[in-house]
Amino acid sequence: MKTELMSANYAAARAVMSARVEVVAAYPITPATTIPEQIALLNETGQWPGQFIRVESEHSAMFACTGASSTGARTFTATSSNGLLLMDEALHWAAAARLPIVLANINRSVSPSWNIHVTHDDSMSKATTGWIHFYVSSVDEFYHTIIQAFKLAEDERVLMPVMINADGFVLSHTLSTYDYLEPEEVDKFLPPYKPPHWVMDPENPVSHGNIVFPEYYMEFRYAMHEGTHNALKVYEEVEREYKKLFGKYFGGPIDCYRCDDAEVVFTSQGSVAAEAKDAIDELREEGYKVGNARMRMIRPFPVDRIRELGSRVKGFASFDRSVSYGYGGPVAHDIRATMYNTKHRPIIKSYIGGLGGRDMTVSDIKEVILDTVKAVENGETGPEETWHDLR
Amino acid sequence: MPVTSYSKPVIGATGKTGSWRTFTPKIDYDECSRCRTCWLHCPEAVISLDEDGTPHIDLDYCKGCGCCAEVCPKKCIAMIREGFDEEESP
Repeated sequence: MKTELMSANYAAARAVMSARVEVVAAYPITPATTIPEQIALLNETGQWPGQFIRVESEHSAMFACTGASSTGARTFTATSSNGLLLMDEALHWAAAARLPIVLANINRSVSPSWNIHVTHDDSMSKATTGWIHFYVSSVDEFYHTIIQAFKLAEDERVLMPVMINADGFVLSHTLSTYDYLEPEEVDKFLPPYKPPHWVMDPENPVSHGNIVFPEYYMEFRYAMHEGTHNALKVYEEVEREYKKLFGKYFGGPIDCYRCDDAEVVFTSQGSVAAEAKDAIDELREEGYKVGNARMRMIRPFPVDRIRELGSRVKGFASFDRSVSYGYGGPVAHDIRATMYNTKHRPIIKSYIGGLGGRDMTVSDIKEVILDTVKAVENGETGPEETWHDLR
Repeated sequence: MPVTSYSKPVIGATGKTGSWRTFTPKIDYDECSRCRTCWLHCPEAVISLDEDGTPHIDLDYCKGCGCCAEVCPKKCIAMIREGFDEEESP
């Protein structure tokens, strides 16, 4: 292990090397571009010996990945925003074909209006595809979560693709230190991928994607649901092993900070969740019992962890950098729905903000948390959602 | 049950698909020049050849698409509507 200084995108390209990925098919799009660019460079200089497939669109990129993964190759791609949306059909295909592809999505606003900065609408709109969804908050976490993702995706109990989301520019283009692992070190953790079920092999041909009518279609969908569900338990094992081998641990599906005696907990995804730790420290100094629950995994949804938290806090300040138009904050609503089937009734406030890359500073986050603190004091749930810093 | 749908390629995995047929190809062997064009074009690969090139259509799996009749240079493959004989077929 050696410490290097790089942007999240450059580090992601190194994770491809460390994990001995065999095939990358990718199409450039800001702000993900430097990931495939770096992978191509590492390939050209002989540092990464895999196959780099140059394709004409993101739709082709994901279908090239499904083809490669079907042959048993460890497969990776990266994209952003409109690129992720163009992949849509293939995302569903990869999940239902049970292919352990890992995708790095650099969150970027969807057009129009044209904007290359972070909003989570791109990935949130893919929450029902079957893919496992991670959100990361640092360069180091991005790099190591990519390596962990292969172990998780390739586990026979899971066998589902994984999407790792990182905020455009805030992470993708910002330099920070991370701990690089040589492929020889990662070998101890990540053995070569052997498809446990079907494989595309000319020596032993099978036909895949066959017609399955009403008699069995539902059973295949149930199997997908089970696979994604199992990811919660399997990821626990993955993290435990990773910590033992490399001393790295990022906090499970929900990374809790000062939550133990907290009365109000702030939840969010991505880089805001790291910024929030400073807000919590300042508020604690001011005497507020508040904590930070950084949502790392939103599919499968960490239902048990939320219920455990919800059983002992008085309020959630749930922040979404995304909108389900006509309804509200996607993760805030998941938290509300998760708590409904319990006897606990914390106030769950929904906040939307930071769209289009608008800065969410420590003072913004404090304002959001204090609004929930006030709601808890008054016992009033207030509006369905609050758009923070709306002009 | 497997985790995703796949099958080994075996004859008749989806049953006898010839039952889908509306028109049945009928080869006039007196006219047939054994050119193998029909064999080459059959999208279902249900035409087999004797050593001399004489084509035989497996009606268990022929869906009656008519490609063979269309490509036949001698125009000696007729498409006969199911339930009709050659004379009265529309």
